Amino acid sequence: ITRWWRQINTVGCCYFQGSRSCRLLTSTVIMLKSKTFVKKTRSGGVLKIVREHYLRDDIWCGSEVCTECKQESTVLQRDTCIESNLCAYPHYLIPDTNVVLHQIDVLEDPVIRNVIILQTVLQEVRHRSAPVYKRIKDIIHEKEKHFYTFTNEHHRETFIEREPGESANDRNDRAIRVAATWYTQHLKTSESAADGLKVVLLTNDQGNKQKAAESGLLVFKCEEYIKSLIANPELVDRLALTNDEKNEITSSKVLFPEHLPLSRIQAGIKSGSFLQGTFRASRDNYLEATVFVPGEGEDSTEVLLQGLQNLNRAVHQDVVAVQLLPRDHWVAPSSVVLQDEGMAKDENPEEEEEEKAVSVKPTGKVVGIIKRNWRPFCGMLNVSQIKESTRHLFTPADRRIPRIRIETRQASTLAGQRIMVAIDGWPKDSRYPNGHFVRSLGGAGEKDTEEEVLLLEHDVPHQAFSQAVLSFLPKMPWAITPEDMKQRQDLRQLTVCSVDPPGCTDIDDALHCRELDNGNLEVGVHIADVSHFIRPGNALDKEAANRGTTVYLCGKRIDMVPELLSSNLCSLRSNVERLAFSCIWEMNHEAEILKTWFTKSIINSKASLTYAEAQMRIDDTTMNDDITKSLRGLNKLAKILKRRRIENGALTLSSLEVRFHIDSETHDPIDLQTKELMETNSMVEEFMLLANISVAQKIYDEFSECALLRKHPAPPPSNYDILIKAAKSKNVAIHTDSAKALADSLDMATVDSFPYFNTLLRILATRCMMQAVYFCSGMDSDFHHYGLASPIYTHFTSPIRRYSDIIVHRLLAVAIGADSTYPDLMDKHKQSALCNNLNYRHKMAQYAQRASVAFHTQLFFKTRGVLNEEGFVLFVRKNAIIVLIPKFGMEGTVFFDSKDKTAPNLVFDEEGPTLTVEQHTFHIFDKVKVTISLDASNIQHQKIRMALIDPVISGVSVPAEDLEPQSKKSKLDR
Amino acid sequence: MAGLELLSDQGYRLDGRKATELRKVQARMGVFAQADGSAYLEQGNTKALAVVYGPHEMRGSRSRTLHDRAVINCQYSMATFSTAERKRRPHGDRKSTEMSLHLKQTFEAAVMTQLYPRSQIDIYVKILQSDGGNYSVCVNAATLAVIDAGIPMRDYVCACTVGFVDETPLADLCYAEESGGVSSLALALLPRGGQIALLQMDARLHQDHLETLIDAAMTACKGVSKVLDEVVRQHLQEVSVLTRE
Ligand SMILES: [Zn+2]
Repeated sequence: ITRWWRQINTVGCCYFQGSRSCRLLTSTVIMLKSKTFVKKTRSGGVLKIVREHYLRDDIWCGSEVCTECKQESTVLQRDTCIESNLCAYPHYLIPDTNVVLHQIDVLEDPVIRNVIILQTVLQEVRHRSAPVYKRIKDIIHEKEKHFYTFTNEHHRETFIEREPGESANDRNDRAIRVAATWYTQHLKTSESAADGLKVVLLTNDQGNKQKAAESGLLVFKCEEYIKSLIANPELVDRLALTNDEKNEITSSKVLFPEHLPLSRIQAGIKSGSFLQGTFRASRDNYLEATVFVPGEGEDSTEVLLQGLQNLNRAVHQDVVAVQLLPRDHWVAPSSVVLQDEGMAKDENPEEEEEEKAVSVKPTGKVVGIIKRNWRPFCGMLNVSQIKESTRHLFTPADRRIPRIRIETRQASTLAGQRIMVAIDGWPKDSRYPNGHFVRSLGGAGEKDTEEEVLLLEHDVPHQAFSQAVLSFLPKMPWAITPEDMKQRQDLRQLTVCSVDPPGCTDIDDALHCRELDNGNLEVGVHIADVSHFIRPGNALDKEAANRGTTVYLCGKRIDMVPELLSSNLCSLRSNVERLAFSCIWEMNHEAEILKTWFTKSIINSKASLTYAEAQMRIDDTTMNDDITKSLRGLNKLAKILKRRRIENGALTLSSLEVRFHIDSETHDPIDLQTKELMETNSMVEEFMLLANISVAQKIYDEFSECALLRKHPAPPPSNYDILIKAAKSKNVAIHTDSAKALADSLDMATVDSFPYFNTLLRILATRCMMQAVYFCSGMDSDFHHYGLASPIYTHFTSPIRRYSDIIVHRLLAVAIGADSTYPDLMDKHKQSALCNNLNYRHKMAQYAQRASVAFHTQLFFKTRGVLNEEGFVLFVRKNAIIVLIPKFGMEGTVFFDSKDKTAPNLVFDEEGPTLTVEQHTFHIFDKVKVTISLDASNIQHQKIRMALIDPVISGVSVPAEDLEPQSKKSKLDR
Repeated sequence: MAGLELLSDQGYRLDGRKATELRKVQARMGVFAQADGSAYLEQGNTKALAVVYGPHEMRGSRSRTLHDRAVINCQYSMATFSTAERKRRPHGDRKSTEMSLHLKQTFEAAVMTQLYPRSQIDIYVKILQSDGGNYSVCVNAATLAVIDAGIPMRDYVCACTVGFVDETPLADLCYAEESGGVSSLALALLPRGGQIALLQMDARLHQDHLETLIDAAMTACKGVSKVLDEVVRQHLQEVSVLTRE
């Protein structure tokens, strides 16, 4: 939708010639203007929109020195305390729109305070960049920053009408100048003029600057001003480079084709000569990328791009327009790993690709950028070889992002630190994009720094909760009120207990089981009633919805909701009264459900047990208290439920989960072991599954259009190829026609001499699966959960750490009449959008978790030096084998070709798949012995390196490491 | 493009009003000589004309006659030029019929119909320009017209539309606000006694917020009633000056 100002004219009302006074409840508004503009409708028509525009007398200047305005509180300080050699007087800054858009990093700096943000500027920023808008709003909210928003468009003395022939931009620039002039005069006339307070306009627009100077304003370019802050030279680094500076930095040679203007791109897309899609850079080859062009259903295509010219300055995740090359120029994706080492020229990629004409893909080139998706990137500085140079290249941690050229005077300090850098632009005559330093995260390799990096890189919101969010927490001391009791059943007398991993502070589920008078069993699952505390639509709710999930890293937890809720009020700890949402079944002794009901309740847990403690009580025949009896009942039923579930075709797959023993003082990992599963683990899990299924059915019955459910699609058959081949190599047949067939054949798959075989197969099967996802029932027809073999499923049992469960709680509460509904809950499109965010957050949380495990594994090996371990071959690749070390639950790659050595003779057979290295052939599941060590040669990408010990292949394998001089080794490694 | 920001952090709405402020209300009574009563009312850019005939004998089917009170007959319509896109059907569509019914209900609650058994009162309202709050503006205009016709009422009926944004009730919504995804509520009030003549809401709203919203609507209606009262008094003054002369 395009919108533009057409005319703003004072309305002489047709009927009333008399007074223009307005009768509003507060009688401060005096004038009424009417704005008229035209707007294009979706169908292409043009609408004339007339809107009222009130001008007011009660908008204050916000300054502490002012005695004229009747303001209750002020934002701008009397003492502005900023040292500039351009402005020796105290002053307030007024940045124009482009300064806010491009120099937001500078504005965020604590040094910059006492800034007036005009409404005109704020509105323009809002239209042009959502992320910057959010950031400037955050700054305005921060009290210490003293940023004041002046509603100049509704102020009687600063509102201006657009003149005939004036462009919208010019009109807004003028509005900014008028507001600045108003401030200048306003501050001058106020009594405290003795303070000499002035306003300084910041603009990078030459024309605007000149006009401002002509009308007597103090005006500077942003760069000029920042450089004049003698006390804070480091701020200069955070300046974004603007267009007129780029020439200094780059050679004049044009390296890239021009980007087409948006109008031509749009025309091209409409006519079908260009395609629009998301640019995805290759992780392994900096000269290659794909553009994903979404289409209707199966119609999506992927366009391959090769070579710097064709990539044409697009950056990972940008939305671009591509043009397909003629068919005879199409190529296949290269299988070469190419890291940008800086000096490489743009090699002609076709040279080595000709042989594989079979697998060519549609190939194209980028003709224009539709939307940049730049964010600040984490990475490290490559300090320039030239000592005095202030220009340096920055290497992002994410390999898909190109290097960025930045200017800084603190290179020597920043070397060895993880820093953040933002891209400002990529001129066509520059090999690299230009950017500027944003902030330092700390020394590379340090635990806190690396944790911060992996949170940032996985887009995990991890800032402390804002004041606005915290304001919605219940006031302490908190107690259950009679009001709370109204809709609830009092279940405090029940013998409820919780079973969790050791050290768990966010307990969101508790259980009970008791025999009824009729001989049947009553089983209850009680879940923390988080939706009682988090009300729809408030800041706390919005924050939780955005976070989506609690993220668990090794030794650290990033909460979805503030700690007061997660570890206290919502945590179902023992011997305190807690609000719960209960799902209760009446079952017979064969675990058949006779009756299901849901209720909000109050419980008082009798014990918080660990899995081991619960197991011990069940096994200890001398114990016969209520808790133990309840546990035994649950355990008995759980076994039946599990057996039945597996009979129905649910999969039990393996993945080795690693847990670190963390030194409680230094928080360094001291040992790592794979998580061990006990009977009680699966006991709790079984009832959680049952509760989730029961709730899913209930909310779907009640709200067929807007139930939030979770599904797990069946994988396409080709996913199983590797599993079938691997099993076949040991003469075991795997059937994958259905989940049931797969589960059965996995159960049968054993090799006598190889007890670990079954676990390995299950690990492999896990890799064949699809991601389970949340969806809204009104937007999808396939609900099936493949892994659980359940026709319907949802998440109900962990509302403290998953936002999906909060929504499910709200739906269930409405379904049983315990709570009221709100519009967004019943809107399937909004819910679908929420599901997308939740799925994204869950995926990123999972990646962050893996990255954290990898990092801690590295820390562990850093102190251990080199270890010899046994492992199994999990995958065979063209030039490497991937080895699983069961002891540590970790995988590593043994490469057979390396840069410095001549590669051994490698033969790869895809059918097996096998890899023959010299005379030895590797199959999947072969037992091998390897050395494990940490390769810290690239500090940004440290990795675990494995080398082969056994089988011995001359020239390839290494001798077993002598473990004696371990301490010495580890010192060397540091 | 992001949607409109209906309420800025500084507390200003799209058109510069604060949350509780009404639009400019201007009105004139007795605009047509032929009718028994008439009024023209502007509330911001929404403009309405109301005309009242009666009370008079029942016309048309006698079967609708009530023996203890008067029948109120309302007809609502919109001028074809009242919206940005030309309206195809000025009246008789479902929305207009519904609106007519609502007006009828409102005025049945306010007009002292028992004084005129077996007779009929006709109220015609036309929206000349629409910019949100059509129902409320019609009620306000019709009130003035009924007064102009000299038909006794229990009190002024004042109506106002309120919406709910960011936990804040907004009084007297304009079209941009109504269409911006606000849950809005229209309320007609007999201000002196505080009785609600009609309450209407199509959107979903959390129960917790309903009370605040109704309170805000009642405050806004009382604001409207002050303006209407002034208009009536001024009109009386003008008329009495004329008659004296
Ligand atoms: Zn002032």
